[in-house]
Amino acid sequence: MNYLDFEKPIEELTTLLEKTKEIASKGKVGVSKAIAELEEKLIQAKKDIYGNLTPWQRVQLSRHPDRPYSLEYIQSITDNTFIELFGDRNIGDDKAVVGGMGMVNGQTIMFIGQQKGSTTKQRQYRNFGMMNPEGYRKALRLMKLAEKFNKPVVTLIDTPGAYPGLEAEERGQGEAIARSIYEMSKLEIPVICIIIGEGASGGALGIGIGDRVLMLENTWYSVISPESCSSILWRSWDFKEKAADALKLTATDMLSLSLVDGIIPEPLGGAHSNHEEMFGIVKEYILNTLAELKKFTPAARIERRINRFSSMGVFIDLEKEMTPAEAASLNR
Amino acid sequence: MSWFKRIKAGITTRTLEKKETPEGLWHKCASCKRIAPMKDHIERNYVCEKCGYHERIGSKDYFKILFDENQFTEINAGLVSDDPLNFSDTKKYTDRLEEAIKKTHLNDAVRTAYGKINSNDLMIACMDFSFIGGSMGSVMGEKISRAIDECIVKKTPLLVISKSGGARMMEAAFSLMQMAKTSSKLTLLSKEKIPYFSLMTDPTTGGVTASFAMLGDVNMAEPGALIGFAGPRVVKETIRKDLPKGFQTSEFVLEHGFLDFIIDRRQLKKRLTSLITFFKN
Ligand SMILES: [Zn+2]
Repeated sequence: MNYLDFEKPIEELTTLLEKTKEIASKGKVGVSKAIAELEEKLIQAKKDIYGNLTPWQRVQLSRHPDRPYSLEYIQSITDNTFIELFGDRNIGDDKAVVGGMGMVNGQTIMFIGQQKGSTTKQRQYRNFGMMNPEGYRKALRLMKLAEKFNKPVVTLIDTPGAYPGLEAEERGQGEAIARSIYEMSKLEIPVICIIIGEGASGGALGIGIGDRVLMLENTWYSVISPESCSSILWRSWDFKEKAADALKLTATDMLSLSLVDGIIPEPLGGAHSNHEEMFGIVKEYILNTLAELKKFTPAARIERRINRFSSMGVFIDLEKEMTPAEAASLNR
Repeated sequence: MSWFKRIKAGITTRTLEKKETPEGLWHKCASCKRIAPMKDHIERNYVCEKCGYHERIGSKDYFKILFDENQFTEINAGLVSDDPLNFSDTKKYTDRLEEAIKKTHLNDAVRTAYGKINSNDLMIACMDFSFIGGSMGSVMGEKISRAIDECIVKKTPLLVISKSGGARMMEAAFSLMQMAKTSSKLTLLSKEKIPYFSLMTDPTTGGVTASFAMLGDVNMAEPGALIGFAGPRVVKETIRKDLPKGFQTSEFVLEHGFLDFIIDRRQLKKRLTSLITFFKN
C-alpha cells in the first residue's frame, strides 16, 4: 500500500492493528479488546480524513498510485468476459485507451476507457493515459460499432490530458477530439460516461459526451489541471492548492454547478482501499442508469443529450434589462 | 455595486466616449517592415502588398470586409460574462472583464451578425483576439449556439471566424463544456443541411480547435496562421526538442489534411460567395 501525506494517521493505525493481530495470532490472550478499539479508531480516522478532504487532496486521491484503472474495472464488471478490440483502422493502436465488449448481467456493453499504468514501464507503455488522435479515432470506431449493433456504451475517463506531442499535432489532435465530441452527441445508443480518476480538459471531454456523466467521489474534472492553471494564471507552480479551490473541480462542485449528473460514492478510505467494493458500486450504477436510459427512444435520448450540453453556461443578457436606447449602445 | 450593475454602467458610459482609432497615416508591415500608406493597407484588407503578411484584425474589420456595404444586424450583443465561480487568481475575473470591456469597446470575445455577402445571406460569428485572447467562455458558447439556432430558422449558412487562444480558464469547467455545447449544436445545423464554413485565423488553438473550428463542412485558413490543439510552447516542452520550421502553420495543417484550402483575405469574400452558390445549387 502507498500512503499519501494526509493518509499517514491511517498508515500508523493500520500498522499497529496488523502488529496487534500478529500478537493475537501467536496465542497471546487479552488483546482482542485492543484490536476492537484499534479497528474502531481506524474507521473513525478514515471518516475524519475522507470526510473533510480539500479539493487538492481529492486531486491527489484521483492520482493515488493504488487506485484502480480502467481495465481492472472492465474485467471485474464484465466478470472477465471482456474481449478487447484494438486499433483505429487507420494508423495504429493507441495504448492510452482500451476498448471492447463484455457481458454484464446478460447484456452486452461496449466499454472504452483511458488507461494508465501502475509500474514505470506500464506508465510509459500507456503514455500516462494521454491519448493521441488515433486513440480518439479508435474510441469513435468502437462507439460506431456499438451503435450499429444497438449496444450501449460506457466510457471510463482517467486522463491528465490529450497528448501534446508533435505527431499528435501532425495527425490532427484537435480534429480528432472535435469529431469525437460531435459524433458522440448523436449516437443512437445509450452512453454513460464515468470519471474514475482525472478528467483533464478536452482530453477527457473527447470521450465524455453521454446521456449521463457521473463522477466518482474522489475525482476531478475541469478545463485544466490545478498545476497548469497555477503556472499560467499565477506564473508559478506553487499555487496548485489555490487553483484546485478556484477551479471548482471536485465531484461535489461539478454536481452543484449542474455540469455532471451524479456522484458515485467510493468505499470508506477511497477507491484504492477496496477495489472489489468499488467495482461492485460502479457496476450497480451502470446497470441502474442503463435501465433508466432504455426507457427513452434513441431520438429522445439524443435530444435530451444535446439540450443538456447546450444548457451549460452562465452569462448575463443585458439586452433584457436595458431600455431600447441603452440597448442600441450595445452594438458599437 | 453588484457585477451586473457595474458591467451595465461600464458598457453604457463607455459608448459616450467616442473611440478614436489611432490609425495614423502610414503602416509598417510587422513581417517585412515595408511602409505603405494606411489607406492603401486598409483597402488591401490589412494584407501586406509585398510579403502577403496578414495583420491580425477583429470582428469590426471582418464584418466590413465581408458584408455588402458594411450592412449587418448584430445579434445577442448584450450577452456578457457572469462570474459563476467567483474566480480570482492574481486578479479578480470581474476586474479582468471590466478592463477588457473598457479597453476593447467589445462585450466579449465573439460577435455574431447576419447580413448579405454579394447578395447572399450569411451569418458570421467572428472572434476578437483583443478581448482576453479570444478565449472561449460561456458567452462565446451561447452566442455561437444562438447563431446556429438562428441559421436553422433563417436557413442561412454559417461562417465562424476563429481567432482564439482556447478556453477561458476563469470559467473552468463551464468553459470546457462550451466545446460540447457548440459541437453538439452543429449536429443540428448539419441535420438541416445548412452549410457551415470554418475560417481559422492567427491564432486558432486549444478548445476552439478541438471543437467547432475543425468541424466545418469546409475548413479554411488564412495564410501563415498558427493552428493547433496544444500551443507550440507546450509541444516543445513535451518533446524537449526544437520544433520543425513551419510547425502548426496553416500550410502545415493543410499538408496534413485538415484544411480544404488556404485563402488570402483579399479573396475571401469572392471565395465564400462561390461556396455559398455551389451549396445552394
Ligand atoms: Zn510585409
